[in-house]
Amino acid sequence: MSDLTPEKAKAYWARTSGLMWTMLGIWFFFSFVVHFFAPQLNTIRIIGFPLGFYMAAQGSLIAFVVSLYWFASKQNAIDEEFGVAEDE
Amino acid sequence: MANNTQTGGKSFIDNLGKIYGIYTGGFAAFVIILAILEQMGVPNKIIGYLFVFMTVGVYALIGVLSRTAEMGEYYVAGRKVPAIYNGMATGSDWMSAASFIGMAGSLYLLGYDGLAFVLGWTGGYLLVSILLAPYLRKFGQYTVPDFLGARYGGNLARFAGVIVLVSASFTYVTAQIFGVGIIASRFLGISFEVAVFVGLAGILVCSMLGGMRAVTWTQVAQYIILIIAYLIPVVIMSAKVTGVPIPQLMYGQALEKIQALEPALGVVKGHAAVFSDAKGNMNFTDGMNFFALILCLMVGTASLPHILMRYFTTPSVREARQSVAWSLFFIFLLYFTAPSYAAFAKLEVYQNVIGQQITALPGWVKSWGDIGLVGACDAANAATQFALCKGVTGNGDGILQLSEFRIAADAIVLATPEIAGLPYVIAGLVAAGGLAAALSTADGLLLAIANALSHDIYYRMIDPHAPTKRRLIISRVLLVFVAIIAAYTASTKPSTILAMVAWAFSIAASGLFPALVMGIWWKRTTGPAAVAGMLAGYGMCVYYLVMTQFYGMPLWFGVKNISCGMFGMPVAFIVTYVVSLVTAAPPKEMQDFIDSIRIPKGDVKLARAEDALSH
Repeated sequence: MSDLTPEKAKAYWARTSGLMWTMLGIWFFFSFVVHFFAPQLNTIRIIGFPLGFYMAAQGSLIAFVVSLYWFASKQNAIDEEFGVAEDE
Repeated sequence: MANNTQTGGKSFIDNLGKIYGIYTGGFAAFVIILAILEQMGVPNKIIGYLFVFMTVGVYALIGVLSRTAEMGEYYVAGRKVPAIYNGMATGSDWMSAASFIGMAGSLYLLGYDGLAFVLGWTGGYLLVSILLAPYLRKFGQYTVPDFLGARYGGNLARFAGVIVLVSASFTYVTAQIFGVGIIASRFLGISFEVAVFVGLAGILVCSMLGGMRAVTWTQVAQYIILIIAYLIPVVIMSAKVTGVPIPQLMYGQALEKIQALEPALGVVKGHAAVFSDAKGNMNFTDGMNFFALILCLMVGTASLPHILMRYFTTPSVREARQSVAWSLFFIFLLYFTAPSYAAFAKLEVYQNVIGQQITALPGWVKSWGDIGLVGACDAANAATQFALCKGVTGNGDGILQLSEFRIAADAIVLATPEIAGLPYVIAGLVAAGGLAAALSTADGLLLAIANALSHDIYYRMIDPHAPTKRRLIISRVLLVFVAIIAAYTASTKPSTILAMVAWAFSIAASGLFPALVMGIWWKRTTGPAAVAGMLAGYGMCVYYLVMTQFYGMPLWFGVKNISCGMFGMPVAFIVTYVVSLVTAAPPKEMQDFIDSIRIPKGDVKLARAEDALSH
């Protein structure tokens, strides 16, 4: 923190917040928005699954897991870009 | 592991893969030996005993080997748990008896509606990772109330946090001990009350000597057993029913067959029917409750201290983030399998049970009926044979109709090995898995409660100059004390306790989430505002729960009281926001403190020197 100028600290937090909002968007979409359309999606069938059921049982979960790994690496890239990652 | 020195600890960490690899191989060999013993005619009861005692014995051994007298080891496992192992530990910390045994059953009974639990108990980890865990790790003390105390300038906020923590965690831990009692009594054939205290002993040896360090390494071992035990029966079931041993993909076929059978059997609410009431009509209230439950469970996930404190144990902020991803991956393995249990069990019931002659029912109906988990209620006197048939009037035509069939949620996972025609050793394996799930969650919760009482109340508020040794003794005494109270409560079989588990999520969401998130993300949040917000949110949620549950207050807008966080959370956020604006802004030192925890590198600049951690 000490070697970070106020401008850089501000820019860092803006990038971090931006990623936070992106992730919140992903979270909201796969937690709620997709499932609003469950009645319509259920008319489609994929390998036996009604699609609306599938999204709640597996689809959203896969999206959650993948987005978390993506978030961890993305935030890490931001940290390194601003030189605020921890020393190993 | 017994070695407390730095070098000993390091070589243990470096060899984790090898150690847990050998452990997993040893467990597989143990299961194979038991399978051979069973074929040689060793009675089922002995197999059950061996499973329970061997696994609990191993956990106890890990607990004893991980004993420690250092504060950092006791409270945060020395902060050297690698991301992937912390992920496994969080997985078993998270997945309780309710997830392991109850979830598939709920999905069987509720169909699509039950998926609210699957979604709600996974998606919350996104909130943990993006909003809280990295910043709490950077803050780097021992407990969640530590953060509240440092951020909101004192013991009032800390104390409010402890109140919410203890009320949410205590009901939860009681339910876990209840679960341990049920499994132990069923497989050891001892009375429920005795089983509760046997389970309690198992929990205590794991956690008492080594605190977080012992709990961490035990939970990793418990995760391995619980995931193996969960996957094996349903993989075999899938291979048997569909020819392909990947249940997560193949249960689509089962769903298709179920839906084809539903009209003929007179099912009014289909397995995949969305947002509908018991008659199968889609309506707004049921849809709203589905989403309300998802939201409360997710936000509750991000507020339960026994989960948040797991991310205090990673070596760095970066690993805390990675660790949340691993946690969700390990949890995902179980949760995306649970609906397949429900589908295969339902298909078996629709194809081979309903519409059959009472005299020609599959054997599992009788064997699980005998212990009160299944009921075939055709005959007028069916209740004498099946306890579940009480109050059900069959038509006595000698054929089992859908309306005459009853099954308890717990039976789905427990009976699947028998439905699939597997040997008893697999049933024993499932019991060991359920026990691992219940014990690991109970360990984590008990530690969270005991740490809040010993560290936050005793050390921080009563005697800040207490020597290390006395603090550790107090921690252990409180751990035993809380455990005994929880076990006593569980042994009285309180009927509402299982419902209260879901309440714990709403309570934590209303009481803790706004104060934690706003404390990190909005510098203007003031101490008095956070305290007012916590108490208002917690009070709102508990008021709605108690009034609707016990005093017959009508539901507001039809929101079920399991989702009382729908009222508690907005109240907490609004109160915190408004009171922040009318109270003086936090001083410069506090702003600097927030800046310092937002950035992974560098020191934490505490606003008040007395908040520092002394060792």
